[in-house]
Amino acid sequence: MIAVELFKLVRRPRTWLTIGMICALPLLVAIFIAVTHIAPAPGSGSAFLSAVLNEGQLYPAAALALVLPVFLPVSVAVMAGDAIAGEATAGTLRYLLARPVGRTRLLVAKLVSVTVFTLITVIAVTVTAYATGVLILGPSRAAAVGFAPGSSGSIGTGAGGAPTAGLQAGASITSLSGAPLTFLELIERVLGAMAFITVSMLGVAAIALFLSTLTDSALGAALGALAVLVASEVLVTLGAATSVQPYLPTRYWLAWIDFFRQPIFWPDIQRGFAIQAVYVVVFLAAAWANFATKDVSR
Amino acid sequence: MITTQNLTKRFGRVAAVREVSLDVREGDRYGLLGPNGSGKTTLVRMLLGLVYATSGSISVLGEPVPRHVGRVLPQIGAIIEEPGAYPHLSGRANLRLFDAAGAQGPRRTRRRRVDEALEEVGLAGIDRRPVRAYSLGMRQRLGLAAALVRRPRLLILDEPTNGLDPRGIKDMRDLLTRLNADGVTIFLSSHLLPEVSALCTRIGVLDAGRLVLQDELAHLEQPTGRVLVATDDPERAVASLDGLVESRDGAELLVKSDDAAALNARLVAAGVPVRSLVPQRRTLEEIVLDVTGSGSDEFSGAGAGDAATAVNSADTVNGAGPEISAATDDPEGTAAADEVES
Repeated sequence: MIAVELFKLVRRPRTWLTIGMICALPLLVAIFIAVTHIAPAPGSGSAFLSAVLNEGQLYPAAALALVLPVFLPVSVAVMAGDAIAGEATAGTLRYLLARPVGRTRLLVAKLVSVTVFTLITVIAVTVTAYATGVLILGPSRAAAVGFAPGSSGSIGTGAGGAPTAGLQAGASITSLSGAPLTFLELIERVLGAMAFITVSMLGVAAIALFLSTLTDSALGAALGALAVLVASEVLVTLGAATSVQPYLPTRYWLAWIDFFRQPIFWPDIQRGFAIQAVYVVVFLAAAWANFATKDVSR
Repeated sequence: MITTQNLTKRFGRVAAVREVSLDVREGDRYGLLGPNGSGKTTLVRMLLGLVYATSGSISVLGEPVPRHVGRVLPQIGAIIEEPGAYPHLSGRANLRLFDAAGAQGPRRTRRRRVDEALEEVGLAGIDRRPVRAYSLGMRQRLGLAAALVRRPRLLILDEPTNGLDPRGIKDMRDLLTRLNADGVTIFLSSHLLPEVSALCTRIGVLDAGRLVLQDELAHLEQPTGRVLVATDDPERAVASLDGLVESRDGAELLVKSDDAAALNARLVAAGVPVRSLVPQRRTLEEIVLDVTGSGSDEFSGAGAGDAATAVNSADTVNGAGPEISAATDDPEGTAAADEVES
């Protein structure tokens, strides 16, 4: 069944359209920056963007930071929200179940499919962004980036939800507070960031998948999951909500930036992994409990 | 093949299916009739383990459903209301996909089985167009092909001829008859009487969720012991058949007689010019209309649809159980429903 779901994923034009559009955004940004040579001032705009003019090889990280707040969660929520509800609306769910495909198996296959989609997307963004960075922004003399742990340990989000990592543009090249990164280290860090972002997106997918078993409207499920994320983003910036902030799904979304410190600053990364694992387990369990006992009347 | 015991399904306060005891035997071509909204689809979905019963039990192919539905379904082909297919894939790709799902279709024979199923439903020549471009009739044929890919022992078809043209309906009927001759049991639900009477050997009638009739079609359509006589000289006929004429409508007489040949001889001997002489049979339509109330899409104040809850009080009337074999002259359930409603 997993193979069937993957076949459906890759044979669906929408999959590639979505991935293409997500990859196009960093490309567009890179073109603007390359043409104008105006990078956002350090400390403002999307993370890493201020550094990429000097350091093209850092652009994958900047690209991930660009797509993470909106594009990636939206597409994952749409995919996962469509998983069960979309089949119900198309009238194919009942035929799958009557094949028979066990309900648990179907749910697992859908989760795998969404995970693969997220991975493909993240990989595609990274690879295209690397090519973009090297080709358009130009390779640097030496891939050197380093930050001292704690120098910007608390990563806030801007008023609009746009991440503003406390990164100094100059620090990426002439690192005073940390050792420079070798190319191999950079790859390691990027892989770590990709893993972290994928897991963060799995949290979104689990919420959307759960909603997808509740309703027959794929749109409703996707919007529901996005509503959860928006609410979480609002609370993350709200001082009055400090007590619940550690448990919000988006609280540690930007912790992957810590992979690019020298040495890696682990605490937030670990907390991020842990909180996403909890969200995945809880919402998948809820999705399973609901779907396994549900009357399929569409 | 399929038996249910006092099967009941409630959606909230509304009972969609009430104490249905179905009995479909091996080799049957069973037709489940009933007005729209009488619970046919819910019943079919329960047989397939899609909807869970509130109470009662189901056994399909000797296995309890939904507990062992995984063992049962590989031997069943199903159409459940509209056919479902992935619109961006071709018909062939859809069939392969559905066969691969569930891991019960042997991969070795998949290509051949798909081709055979497409041929059987008259889609052998389809090209690589996506299903999006299919007509409703083609989709329906594709749905039937999907049901046949695994060469099932039992076909469960819910409204399979929706959207088919007369040619398509005839093709499907011929195909189902042929499959049945090869030993496939067919369970079909429909609200179209001609379709069922042309195909089925046994029928069940659902009304407001209750099985109000279940019997052999041949038994139901037995001669009524009356003969319809058309004559140019009804007066003379009435005179010569003293007392046997039950009713008269112009030149048509309804005569009480078990033996049409003897009656004919008698009329001819009496010099009555007989134009036609037909043993009267109850039509399926009369039988069904007799036992059912108005359809659920009619809400005229005494409708049976709304009465899904109201008829609850009629439960006691039908205490003997839902299987009223051929008791067509006494539609207690519906009569009671009408009273309650008004």
